[in-house]
Amino acid sequence: MSTVTCPECEAEITLDAGTEAGEIIVCSDCGVDLEVTSVDPAAVQLAPMEQEDWGE
Amino acid sequence: MQRRLKIGVLYSRVRVEEKWIFGAMEKRGIDYDRLDDRSIHFDLDAPEKWQGYDAVLERSISYNSGLYALRLLNAFGVPTVNTAAVAEVCGDKLMTSAALARDGVPQPHNATAFTAEAALEAIEAFGYPVVLKPVVGSWGRLLAKVNDRDAAEAVLEHKSTLGSVQHSVFYIQEYIEKPGRDIRAIVIGDKVLTAMYRKSEHWITNTARGGEGEVCPITPEIEELCLKATQAVGGGVLAVDLVEHPQKGLVVNEINHTMEFHTMQPVSGIDIAGEIVEYVVEAAKGKQVNT
Repeated sequence: MSTVTCPECEAEITLDAGTEAGEIIVCSDCGVDLEVTSVDPAAVQLAPMEQEDWGE
Repeated sequence: MQRRLKIGVLYSRVRVEEKWIFGAMEKRGIDYDRLDDRSIHFDLDAPEKWQGYDAVLERSISYNSGLYALRLLNAFGVPTVNTAAVAEVCGDKLMTSAALARDGVPQPHNATAFTAEAALEAIEAFGYPVVLKPVVGSWGRLLAKVNDRDAAEAVLEHKSTLGSVQHSVFYIQEYIEKPGRDIRAIVIGDKVLTAMYRKSEHWITNTARGGEGEVCPITPEIEELCLKATQAVGGGVLAVDLVEHPQKGLVVNEINHTMEFHTMQPVSGIDIAGEIVEYVVEAAKGKQVNT
């Protein structure tokens, strides 16, 4: 099982099976949004801030 | 022998919807590429790379990135779902309203002004409360319910001073006393696939803002209205938001062209992602036939 370290609070986070690159996960400790940049090896970075033209 | 179809999926983030779409592609054995809109670039002298796609499904979170990518792809002759023309209309509330008005599709009473002074005059003519909406934007952000003249002056001044140029297009809409819910219907091509009530105690019933979903039966009225609305904006894979107006009955509030359906798919039990993929495959086959 892949684990990553939250860049904000250094909590250890375990990625669920089926997690994909580009997915957004939430750090269970500090609540920050993280983007999964790679699954093998597992890596995350702070997710981009919401932009004004974002939506559906 | 017929060549194998090649599909592109343009996205910004892998939300649950994208995961379902990728899964539906893989289940059908479709050859597809994931195109992150933050990584791609278009060389207008070298469209061949893009012309290799039989169709591209656009799922960008950024309206601007998605729209410009669609414009370029369509210019290169690549079919897209949705088309640039549809995205242009649906991504802009004023353009959507104009298309609905042109085709006589019922919608809330709207007005537009280009200065704070003219907007205040329009608001006063409406009577309070009114709703001010940005023409571009989603997820219920930056909507303002304006209850009186003091609030109107304050919001208009803030929008003029703090907002981007686009916030100087003042989109004013009547405030509708809806029954704590609105209706979202998914329309793919000429089929109303499913509909859902979005319930909330808050006046903004968007599920992105915590609204809850419940299946809404597709009545003949809902079906007819949704098809008229989607035809007015050009058709494709669309989500039509309807509001139950106390006097006018059902009205079309907005139409989304890269809709989220994380609530709708489990609530309806319908494989919306699969239906979208089937539609994209048909678009791709169309290109193969025409080239």
